[in-house]
Amino acid sequence: MSPPKISLRGVTKAFGAKKVLQGIDLDVAAGESVVVIGGSGSGKSVLLKCILGLIRPDAGSIKIDGEESVDLGDDGRARTMKKFGMLFQGGALFDSLTVWENVAFGPMQSDGVVPAKARKAAIEKLGAVGLGPEICDLRPSELSGGMQKRVALARAIAREPEIIFFDEPTTGLDPIMADVINELIVKCVSDLGATAVSITHDMASARKIGHRIGMLYDGKLIWQGPVADIDRSGNAHVDQFIHGRAEGPIQMQVRKL
Amino acid sequence: MSIPVVTVLGRMTLAFLAATGAITTFAVHAIRQAARPPYYRQQILRQMLEIGYYSLPVVGLTAIFTGMVLALQSYTGFARFSAESAIPNVVVVSLTRELGPVLAGLMVAGRVGAAMAAEIGTMRVTEQIDALTTLSTNPFKYLIGPRLIAGIVTLPILVLVADIIGVLGGYLVGVYKLDFNDTAYLRNTVDFLQFEDVFSGLVKAAVFGFLITLMGCYHGYNSKGGAQGVGMATTNAVVSASILILTFNYFITEAFFAR
Repeated sequence: MSPPKISLRGVTKAFGAKKVLQGIDLDVAAGESVVVIGGSGSGKSVLLKCILGLIRPDAGSIKIDGEESVDLGDDGRARTMKKFGMLFQGGALFDSLTVWENVAFGPMQSDGVVPAKARKAAIEKLGAVGLGPEICDLRPSELSGGMQKRVALARAIAREPEIIFFDEPTTGLDPIMADVINELIVKCVSDLGATAVSITHDMASARKIGHRIGMLYDGKLIWQGPVADIDRSGNAHVDQFIHGRAEGPIQMQVRKL
Repeated sequence: MSIPVVTVLGRMTLAFLAATGAITTFAVHAIRQAARPPYYRQQILRQMLEIGYYSLPVVGLTAIFTGMVLALQSYTGFARFSAESAIPNVVVVSLTRELGPVLAGLMVAGRVGAAMAAEIGTMRVTEQIDALTTLSTNPFKYLIGPRLIAGIVTLPILVLVADIIGVLGGYLVGVYKLDFNDTAYLRNTVDFLQFEDVFSGLVKAAVFGFLITLMGCYHGYNSKGGAQGVGMATTNAVVSASILILTFNYFITEAFFAR
């Protein structure tokens, strides 16, 4: 049996006295889409950045295709990154470059694709996320939030990655655009046959794009299971989260006025 | 006061040493990355244009007025002991050794160092730097290396231009206001000028170029916390670059001339 695409064991990370991750174990099989849910500040972004190698965990092991990825050197990191695509929460488009240069950045700068060819490929990728070639030469700042998100998605899939990460893909979008993005994510992931890890607190999005859901609370994955089981998890924390109730075991740190 | 002075001093010293260490580590890492391929030629050229060409107006203006005021001031001083003929020499030596590189450096620190810190800082807080990494592009190679190289290469050229413009300023005041003979003024300028005067100034310029871009990149790269963080990074970049310029100016001068 082949090793899981991504495998985390005992990953911990603290910033000063604040323990953000306290021993995360997670396996993601090839072609699987896992969604990690959790409240704001529960460490979802940190978890994602640890897997990506942007943040170095304090302890634990992170294996990509069975290969240990913590403490890779610059060259090894660049090689691993080729397998990854990442959709950042705010898009993180390069505002000094045009739309097509953003989408073609990976192929051109890192894989040595010539500009003419990269531009053609970029237009194709933009088409895949429902954007026409007319926006190619615009700057990201000239686009609406939903369009920026789609350009960012096109950039994330431009190098046809094996693993795609989605950081709150629907945050800040209207419900309809959120659903458009969800459908695009499902389509892109299945077209590429990619493995996906998403973090979100939008339950509609989680149900749509995930095969499996894990809930992160207090630095630990307190529940994991198939999407279908989320409504009968038997876990009070999960129930409170998916129904969005202020009352329950998860106490928000709100002081009385 | 409940905190004794010694505690405060100690804390400040520790913070200073920590910052020095962090900046040195950053610089070594940046140089090591910049020295190895891939080189982003387009980025280097873009930064050279930004640092050099677009700084020409402000540096040129600074230089011409500095040259003019130098001639005027030294005239009022030197006329007291009939040493007016030394004015062209004083102007050109002061400019090439000191004022050209230092004033150009300070102006560029304000113009370019600030912009660099703001740009890289914004890229940091909007996750664009993380995005670079996920696209297999090393931010040290793509963002910081080109800026450092451009700074080191461009500042000497800029200072050479500033030297020439400054001498022209002195010449204009000397000939049209102080009634110097124009041939004599130029001959006095050239005759006593030594290679080392200009060369030391250009070495300073290269060092200043490195310091300005390093401070811009370092503070931008390490900025956090949104708009306020970027604002702080910008201020810190300009202030620290200016102080470093003045400090290094002394030591380079000593290395060249204190024998």
